[in-house]
Amino acid sequence: MATSSKLNSKIPEGTLENKWTKYRSTVHLVNPANKRSLEVIVVGSGLAGSSAAASLAEMGYKVKVFCFQDSPRRAHSIAAQGGVNAAKNYQNDGDSVYRLFYDTIKGGDYRAREANVHRLAEVSGNIIDQCVAQGVPFAREYGGTLSNRSFGGTQVQRTFYAAGQTGQQLLLGAYSALQRQVGMGAVTLLARHEMMDVVTIDGKARGIIARNLVTGKLERHFGHAVLLCTGGYGNVFYLSTNAMGCNVTAAWKAHKKGAFFGNPCYTQIHPTCIPVSGDHQSKLTLMSESLRNDGRIWVPKQKDDKRKPKDIPEEERDYYLERRYPAFGNLVPRDVASRAAKERCDAGYGVGASKMAVYLDFEANMMRYGQIEANKKNLHNPTKETIRALGKEVVKEKYGNLFDMYKQITDEDPYEMPMRIYPAVHYTMGGLWVDYNLMTTVPGLYALGEANFSDHGANRLGASALMQGLADGYFVIPYTIGDYLSEEIRTKAIPTDHEAFVKAEAEVQERINKLFSIKGTKSVDYFHKALGRIMWEKCGMARNAKGLTEAIAEIQQLKKDFWSDVRVPGEQNEFNTELEKAHRVADFIELGELMCKDALNRNESCGGHFREEYQTPDGEALRDDANFAYVAAWEYKGESNFELHKEELKFENIKLAQRNYA
Amino acid sequence: MSHGNMNLTLKVWKQKNKDSKGRFETYDAKGISPDMSFLEMFDVVNEQLISSGKEPIAFDHDCREGICGMCSMYINGRPHGPKGGITTCQLHMRSFNNGDTIVVEPWRGAAFPVIKDLAVDRSSFDRIMSAGGFVSVNTGNAKDANNILIPKDDADTAFDAAACIGCGACVAACKNSSAMLFVSAKVSQLSLLPQGKVEKQDRVLNMVKQMDEEGFGNCTNTGACEAECPKSISLENIARMNREYLGASFTQNKK
Repeated sequence: MATSSKLNSKIPEGTLENKWTKYRSTVHLVNPANKRSLEVIVVGSGLAGSSAAASLAEMGYKVKVFCFQDSPRRAHSIAAQGGVNAAKNYQNDGDSVYRLFYDTIKGGDYRAREANVHRLAEVSGNIIDQCVAQGVPFAREYGGTLSNRSFGGTQVQRTFYAAGQTGQQLLLGAYSALQRQVGMGAVTLLARHEMMDVVTIDGKARGIIARNLVTGKLERHFGHAVLLCTGGYGNVFYLSTNAMGCNVTAAWKAHKKGAFFGNPCYTQIHPTCIPVSGDHQSKLTLMSESLRNDGRIWVPKQKDDKRKPKDIPEEERDYYLERRYPAFGNLVPRDVASRAAKERCDAGYGVGASKMAVYLDFEANMMRYGQIEANKKNLHNPTKETIRALGKEVVKEKYGNLFDMYKQITDEDPYEMPMRIYPAVHYTMGGLWVDYNLMTTVPGLYALGEANFSDHGANRLGASALMQGLADGYFVIPYTIGDYLSEEIRTKAIPTDHEAFVKAEAEVQERINKLFSIKGTKSVDYFHKALGRIMWEKCGMARNAKGLTEAIAEIQQLKKDFWSDVRVPGEQNEFNTELEKAHRVADFIELGELMCKDALNRNESCGGHFREEYQTPDGEALRDDANFAYVAAWEYKGESNFELHKEELKFENIKLAQRNYA
Repeated sequence: MSHGNMNLTLKVWKQKNKDSKGRFETYDAKGISPDMSFLEMFDVVNEQLISSGKEPIAFDHDCREGICGMCSMYINGRPHGPKGGITTCQLHMRSFNNGDTIVVEPWRGAAFPVIKDLAVDRSSFDRIMSAGGFVSVNTGNAKDANNILIPKDDADTAFDAAACIGCGACVAACKNSSAMLFVSAKVSQLSLLPQGKVEKQDRVLNMVKQMDEEGFGNCTNTGACEAECPKSISLENIARMNREYLGASFTQNKK
């Protein structure tokens, strides 16, 4: 297989360990005086966007930040719970940059670029240093050092955390760095603004069209470079752990302007979420993967067991992850854990009213922690009750907010009975194709964080999303953007009455007019839910050629229905959340079709992409390295027309193998 | 489509924009399930409004898991509703009874102008953060994280203050519309940590100055903010900020 001539990954020469060090020491620089006249647009203010905007502004670039929320601090990175990985080896348990690199490649089922992942592992330690310097209150030991916890897909403790609110604390750190630059005048912040299109001039990204969500006015903004830090597209499934506003619009507009979309079918279904309770449900809530470290997952050995979990004796419980994967047990990667839960439920062993749930039980570890606490406190012969009470306090300190959240949603007390959990859409590994510099196939247009496809292959390991978002923003883009901007120092700011801006704005206006003119009978949510059902049933945890083929036809029909029967109330020039949703859902529908086409093309199973036709006798994902060790980068060629370009994945340092967590 | 069997009456504040006059409108919420969140109940009402050709109620929301701080409803006279320690999105309809009338208003406060209906402008909080809610450290200047040892108790107290989600319930709850709990949470977090101590005097003076300029009221220690805070941010933070402020005011070398 040869890489398409349209894709140049720009991976530097040299040994794996030296590529990044050498590259960042030789990449072109922009002198401080020139930086002051170079303008950078950052769309999205999550971990990637805020960290990139703050870092670039510190370096001297003129930065504009856009976010659709009312404040950059609300970006969905805030909801990440469990932690952030870094190869610090503070636990002296054998961790290293190489091991983090290896775990990530293997966890991604050998579908990520070696060079990118190694760079990620290299800068992981810097992230922790930077965050601590900003005042991020990570969990600490009594000696004052940082604390670590375990996460899935690894056998070392390398995850740094702040209770169950790590994403919140990291984002507030990046947000504080961003607001500092706003206060100094180095960053212009445009909150409650949504990007509606990318403006390209002579093939290069030169700005965006944005809609002021309060006044409804369309605005033109110029930038020498545009950074899309707009997160993932899990909301294509309607129900996901994403925030309600998470959307693909920025990435999709970029795609239609020439940016290739990489591996769109790679979706992460997270194993530990609170199950769906009814058709009113608007979103799903994650229970952090860190809980799998301290909890044990099980179902009854007997089908349709009606007993309360506490009444089911130990020997009648099936700890199916520990049974199937003794080496990693409850800490297998997410894709493996999710499929195993689905397998048990499909076979009739599920629990709860819907029978689509498994237990996540903390009893054993509460007792274990209680015993350790009793020893620490020098309590001799404590009663079982005392031990449990002490253990409960430890669990409360580690995960209190998650337990409270569970109780609030389900009305059940997880300290007293096991949680009921089921897999849900959580993250998308696919995204805009980018080269080593994080640039898309449109010069000057970059994608950072979850919005790009680059580091997680076909399955992301837990606590690696925060790592990647911050790596891209703090430690990669500040260097790699120089490679492009050093060539742009002679480009004067382009006035926004340039015909390209005028044309792009007119197209956006036309689409808005069209949405209002339909005056149909169905709400935007009706179409979003319909799309979600198709995607979940036919392009979800398990996929097959027949279902995907049907899904493509159904989505094409849904698109016709949307554009002839949607009802968008209100007016353009006001705060109109239905209009916002209509734009997003229209783009999700088009993306859904591409996801199904990508899933149909990939005749193998890998990571989060599980094709029922391709599995081992044990039901594990069966890759086809000879034919599919490539990144699928799709070029937009017109309505429902996408052309596939392949980037061959070369593994020079890691031997391809069937993943084995047993 | 029916979801459950609760029927409720809503009296909701409707206001076109910050310059227009608002009023209460009455809506029926029918077929509500006790397992719905308060915002999902609003989704159902809005769906019905849209399908009958009426305009839906505008409200802010995003993560719907109590962490982003976007949702902001003043329910039956209390920010985030009748239950303590949670945001509106985590409030479930099982906390209400069939037949209830529920009054829903936006956050009130001169520094939080209404954008539309229940959505308000809280950008004043961002500007307070820009005035000093940070440690002045550029990317790339950090030393190894474990070179800074921080006693666990200090880290835990800083974390408790840092748990603030910036929703503004404290301002909405306060009869003076004071933002002291919000500002003091950030001042406390950073002044408790060695990284933040270096510039703690400038920080507290600048943040308080900005807070005053935004039009927030003063603190008269009624404690309503703490009682209504969905993250249970402690009033002790205000005491700590007052100490920091006083100290800084006396010792700061005025140029």
